[in-house]
Amino acid sequence: MPSIILLLSALAGAAGWGMLALNRGETISAAWLILAAVGTYLVAYRVYSRFLATRVLGLDDRRATPAERLANGRDFVPTSRWVLFGHHFAAIAGAGPLVGPVLAAQFGYLPGTIWIVFGVVLGGAVQDFVILFGSMRRDGKSLGQMAKEEIGPVTGILAMTAVLAIMIILLAVLALVVVNALKDSAWGVFTILCTIPIALLMGFWMKVWRPGRTIEASLGGVVLLFAALVGGRYVAESAALAPLFTLSGTTIAYGIIAYGFLASVIPVWMLLCPRDYLSTFMKIGTIALLAIGILFVLPPLKLPALTPFIDGSGPVFAGKLFPFAFITIACGAISGFHALVASGTTPKMLTQESDARLIGYGGMLMESFVAVMALCAAAVLDPGVYFAINAPLATLGGSADAAVETIRGWGFTLQPGQMEALAASVGEATLLGRTGGAPSLAVGMAQIFSGAFGAALMAFWYHFAIMFEALFILTTVDTGTRVGRFMLQELAGYVWKPMGRTSWYPSTVIASALVVAGWGYFLVQGVLDPLGGINSLWPLFGISNQLLAAVALCVGTTFIIKAGKARYAWTTLAPLAWLLLVTLTAGWQKIFAADPRLGFLAHASSIAEQVSAGTMDAARGGRLMFNDRLDAVVAGIFMVVTVLLVGASVREWLQVLRGRKPAVVRETPFVETALAR
Amino acid sequence: MTALRRLARLIRRIAGMPDYDAHVEHLREAHPECPIPSRREYYDAFVAARYGNTTSRCC
Repeated sequence: MPSIILLLSALAGAAGWGMLALNRGETISAAWLILAAVGTYLVAYRVYSRFLATRVLGLDDRRATPAERLANGRDFVPTSRWVLFGHHFAAIAGAGPLVGPVLAAQFGYLPGTIWIVFGVVLGGAVQDFVILFGSMRRDGKSLGQMAKEEIGPVTGILAMTAVLAIMIILLAVLALVVVNALKDSAWGVFTILCTIPIALLMGFWMKVWRPGRTIEASLGGVVLLFAALVGGRYVAESAALAPLFTLSGTTIAYGIIAYGFLASVIPVWMLLCPRDYLSTFMKIGTIALLAIGILFVLPPLKLPALTPFIDGSGPVFAGKLFPFAFITIACGAISGFHALVASGTTPKMLTQESDARLIGYGGMLMESFVAVMALCAAAVLDPGVYFAINAPLATLGGSADAAVETIRGWGFTLQPGQMEALAASVGEATLLGRTGGAPSLAVGMAQIFSGAFGAALMAFWYHFAIMFEALFILTTVDTGTRVGRFMLQELAGYVWKPMGRTSWYPSTVIASALVVAGWGYFLVQGVLDPLGGINSLWPLFGISNQLLAAVALCVGTTFIIKAGKARYAWTTLAPLAWLLLVTLTAGWQKIFAADPRLGFLAHASSIAEQVSAGTMDAARGGRLMFNDRLDAVVAGIFMVVTVLLVGASVREWLQVLRGRKPAVVRETPFVETALAR
Repeated sequence: MTALRRLARLIRRIAGMPDYDAHVEHLREAHPECPIPSRREYYDAFVAARYGNTTSRCC
């Protein structure tokens, strides 16, 4: 029976890939894309993850897990596998798998699909599984701690610094996505502002009025959220109220910065914890709805399989298919960030070791599926509409009429008035040049939902999708600022002891301010960037996220080699090698490429020429040049840290393999399980 | 356990919410010597442990 299922999965996958490969120049149904992805996942899960579980890692159900040995009913809780699967999935799936594939759709749907599906099967899911396994065998230790213990103390500190730097870039770019989605949108701003008092109300409910009643508070919160969504339309249509909530990008950016700081220094029960619950429910609900919508409508993909922009001339972001498709889509294919979750709460909740396969490997396959759905949502748009939303306004020519001409010049069609009609149908003033991926994803989702549940609510669905994205991006901003603050305090504690005390309020305020200032600087830089900022910041984010994945794979390889299974080390070394190739090439090109659209330094030189030619104001030019050089330095630091970390790991592996150093695996000793199986 | 309470427990686990009843059960079974916290005490301790930076210990 299992072999029949395996055969059917393989056939389904092959049929899907066959249709994608052979069908050129015509629109094809999203069904084939979904079939190719799901068929591949099922085969990979049955075959490859079993190989990893039994041969490479050696999961052992006789060994008691940390959840059993250290059970405390709080964080160490034995949890049934499907429940934990849901929990882990909610923790790893954020805005990343939704935004990256939408941006990478500028190359067409095929490159993104291939990378998302094969990247996850051979890379991302392997990374999550191996790190979850390692942390499970070490009482739930974090990635940084494991890097320190298994590779060396310097590596540990380097890894922690890298995580902090990545966090800062991540928060900046995600906040920028929100700014671009809410800019000049009274409806969106009103709805998102409402989430703050709603969360505060929930916080007081759960802490003061009805202690611990989290479910009733969350249900109330979701109801209020929908009320805010409906109220947003009223605000947007009211001549008196709309101007109050129509804000410029800069204002929204400073608002998010102030919000991030406050959220990090006030007690967690007030804002952060209720927001976390609210966004978890919204995330699971909306993703389920999107899956139902896509499966129900099976929309045709209007975007071509490949666009001419694979040569690097694309307007959404600069750079050729290789390496930039693999940088733009990080989450969904492989995301280093997951290594933090897989070495966080999840390993403390596994009931038996074999569950790690479903949760680590299977959970990541599920995220990859979310990325495939996001790609579908972008690909159902008319290509002309997709580029009109995602290309910077300056590139489009600055106006709706110019955009029609520009897009025709790129070989796609856009009717005069089409964008205005679309914007009116979703209740927005304009959709031109709304970079960052969120608005085009929201239009795509709104079209799919309208197809499935009726077209009358198009504007409502659009704002629902925007609210959903902004809600959990802002939750990431809260939690990320807080985690960044803890890391900064820990690092500062090595230099000056009192700074390391997380309960010391001055230390909390200073560290929070520093973290917020860090991402806030890059956010404002992105907002002021004439090309919308996503252009330069998203690749930096991709590079940094893939760098973290490289760190995680180094740690994973160390586990495997020290366990005496060097013959299987290719399972982590192969994705590591690919990531290094991609990340270092992309980093090098972003710094040194001669094309000013691509290289930071070349862009700085072109600004310098404009200033000396008198076509640009000197103060503004100076600021833009400084930002370009700063971005170049940041990319350079990421590359140097990667090389150092990989070097230290390789040295450790060689010493162990040559027998110069004993292979000490720092796992918690074996204790036999007392649970009946 | 009724179906509704089972569903509530499922939701709590997935969303990473505190489960007071499960904690009390755990204390009664595994640590009969420990005092039973009030709902409010348990909620405060849970939130502090989940979003704090300290590794929590049993009891």
